[in-house]
Amino acid sequence: MVKRWFLRFSVMIRAPPLVKGIGIGQSAAVIAPPPISEPPLVVLEGIVKRFGAFTANDHVTLTVREGEIHALLGENGAGKSTLVKILFGLLQPDEGIIRWQGKIVSMADPDAARQLGIAMVFQHFSLFENLSVLENIALGLSGRMADPVLARETADLARRYGLALDLAAPVWSLSAGERQRIEIVRCLLQKPKLLVLDEPTSVLTPQEAEALFITLEKLVADGASVLFISHKLDEVRRLCSAATILRGGKRVAHADPRQESTRSLAALMVGSDVEDVRRQASANPQAALRLRIDGLSVMPSEVHGVALKAITLDVAAGEIVAIAGVAGGGQKELFAAISGEEGHITAGRILLSGADITRQGINERRHLGAAFVPEERLGQATLPRASLSDNLVLSLPRRESASAAGWLNGGTLDAILSAIIKRFDVRGSARNPEARRLSGGNLQKYVIGREILRNPVLLVVNQPTWGVDAAATQHIRKALIDLAEAGAAVLVISQDLEEVFAIADRIAAICNGELSEAFPAGHITREDIGLMMTAGERTHPQAKHHPESADHAA
Amino acid sequence: MRLELLPREHVSRLREWLTPIAAFCVALLIGGVVVWMMGRSPVAAFNVYVREPLTQGWAIQEILLKATPLLLIAIGLSYCYRADRWNIGAEGQFVIGGLCGGAVAVVTHGMTGGWILPLMLLAGIAGGMAIAAIPAVLRNRLGVSEILTSLMLVYVAQLLLDYLVRGPLRDPTAFNLPQSVNFDAVATLPALFAGGRVHWGLVFGLLAAVVTWFVLSRTLFGFAIRATGEAPRAARFGGFDERRVTLFCFLISGGLAGLAGVAEVSGQIGQLQPSISPGYGFTAIIVAFLGRLSAPGIVLASFVMAMILIGAENAQIALKLPLDLARVFQGLLLFCLLGGEALTRHRLVLGR
Repeated sequence: MVKRWFLRFSVMIRAPPLVKGIGIGQSAAVIAPPPISEPPLVVLEGIVKRFGAFTANDHVTLTVREGEIHALLGENGAGKSTLVKILFGLLQPDEGIIRWQGKIVSMADPDAARQLGIAMVFQHFSLFENLSVLENIALGLSGRMADPVLARETADLARRYGLALDLAAPVWSLSAGERQRIEIVRCLLQKPKLLVLDEPTSVLTPQEAEALFITLEKLVADGASVLFISHKLDEVRRLCSAATILRGGKRVAHADPRQESTRSLAALMVGSDVEDVRRQASANPQAALRLRIDGLSVMPSEVHGVALKAITLDVAAGEIVAIAGVAGGGQKELFAAISGEEGHITAGRILLSGADITRQGINERRHLGAAFVPEERLGQATLPRASLSDNLVLSLPRRESASAAGWLNGGTLDAILSAIIKRFDVRGSARNPEARRLSGGNLQKYVIGREILRNPVLLVVNQPTWGVDAAATQHIRKALIDLAEAGAAVLVISQDLEEVFAIADRIAAICNGELSEAFPAGHITREDIGLMMTAGERTHPQAKHHPESADHAA
Repeated sequence: MRLELLPREHVSRLREWLTPIAAFCVALLIGGVVVWMMGRSPVAAFNVYVREPLTQGWAIQEILLKATPLLLIAIGLSYCYRADRWNIGAEGQFVIGGLCGGAVAVVTHGMTGGWILPLMLLAGIAGGMAIAAIPAVLRNRLGVSEILTSLMLVYVAQLLLDYLVRGPLRDPTAFNLPQSVNFDAVATLPALFAGGRVHWGLVFGLLAAVVTWFVLSRTLFGFAIRATGEAPRAARFGGFDERRVTLFCFLISGGLAGLAGVAEVSGQIGQLQPSISPGYGFTAIIVAFLGRLSAPGIVLASFVMAMILIGAENAQIALKLPLDLARVFQGLLLFCLLGGEALTRHRLVLGR
């Protein structure tokens, strides 16, 4: 087995690079026959994939031509990931065929896909934190060592495509954007004909995303093709020359995104019945302060966690404050510090309605009227194998969920669950299923509903709509806005800039464990936020950006 | 060509409950092959191992007797394993329980009074709790792996018992044999039926199973245990104190193992000896998992396991098969069960 692998790669290395083989720019046009007669690079025809009674892909067809950046558009749960996993050999279709350059192929496993020339950058990186960039790249390429030869090859490639990388740096010290570059370089070293990127910009600042687009355009100019999976329409319109749109597991359209408007693409993607929720900004300077964080510094509890540095933030009653930032900026640590779950506070204090809660545990904070929705729906907000009614126990006051002797109050739990299901439209296969049996959107509605029904004075939410379908997203955003209008203070931590602008009264950005000042939403632009999201590298982010944002507003 | 395990989307309840039964049958089949390869008739072996123990009165009584300590210990272990805490030192907790209870019997030798037996039981429970608390405290305070400490304490417990029965607790009239005095009638756990050998330990075991079933499914404490074991981050989010859960699980587990120990020396052996357990504490680990860590399952599993032990004793006499074959069957059973579980949750696919 090992020998086979090694042989394959040694052949690959000796053979002329495939990308060059296709030809750079014009030379391809000289060799290649007219594009009409050329079969597309890859065609997925009539793909059907069922998981039990659920049909994830229902006769989906996808065609990617040579030298194009093709968008696969769709809401979360539309079947994009399933389709791509089939293309990459991670799943086998129940029906349908795959043609590669006109020939029917079977993608038995990712190896088969790689051999044909498909490379994929996943949403979640598979990197070893304690190894260097070069070592990680070598590990991803069987038969290669982290030696000067690979280093030179990698450096050349990185330079050619404008992917700045310090090969000696340990991965734990890198930002999400840099980590993604490792994955991309690792793919490009395999000289792919088709590069698949799954939601690549979800971990990037707007500026980093733009740099990625330039890389991809260079790659396409060299003759490769890109399949770009996204639900962000602006990006797709900026980058892609063709788009396949999925909804509910079916292909609803094939479009040229440059000819379409964002609105028409959105209508195709989500169906027309989803209204856009938007907050009417309503600043009330007299409102009482609910949450006050004052110079809070926290040592991380995980080895490669982010240390929080002198965080200062106020949230008043009736106000929604959002914290933007790319993943790994310290959001998780900040949430844990405010909720009291973990983290070693070294300086500063946290006040809830004026009471000092810095040293209190999560249940004492709940007792004072705070409520928390963590990032992980399964495994943190809920026990995957416990029923929904049992899962209420996690955040309900002890005296409500259990008798003095410690017996669970089945009746009370059941009544509360009914109220949540009714008000937040939680749909499951059974009335009281195990948490893991609910879809992401329904589980998130349950988790948010569980906290909102407790009528908190402060709600802290980390990534409220991450991986949630459009309808549930709007439902959740509306619930957050309603809660603020009813007088609660709401703090939302989100990586989704669109969400941040849709619901927040004030916006701050977190990066490297530092939090910027919170600016009124109407007074700053996405670009300002983008800069603030990388501001940790600069000395005085606030001083630098405040005047700028004022200019934009003016 | 290669084999692949792909997770199943949905596993039916029925399949989950049929798995252990199927595993048992497969283990029997393989066991039959082993017996056949040793030159004996598998059918005769089946008679001796399974049929006779289940049809003859004396054998059923022996099964109940052997199942008693297994049940008590395994029920206790289920608390730890549900909370993802690996107490594999139940053997030592059993021994210390027997030693502490037995020591009370030896010290009160010649006295009378209804308080002696309850005091013995309490001493046994307290002893088991005390030694089980050590791994829990070490884990909570210093982050030491409870797997190692609980296992190593088994040897400490065994050697302590061995030393004491050869020294301070030895019967001075026993011609230097390493054993204590025979316990008085007041220090003996009474039999359930006159003339029978099955003692009250069995009732304690069944009672513990019923209580455990309620605790784990209907109480806040049970929920905290499940949360700690299944999703530690959720337990933290729920504000449950992980250390408290760890300590309590070890205390319950140690206490029940200790109770099993004192019940064994008092109800069955009748004195202290250098060795009071044929490895009940370790066999109970298999029992706990065979019973899927659920109280009803563990009750059933402890009887099945006891049956194998009795069958092995029978086979030694009737078929001249070595007693160690029981261990082979235990291993087979656990192996088949784990394999069956993997195949219940996943399906086997023939890859290219």
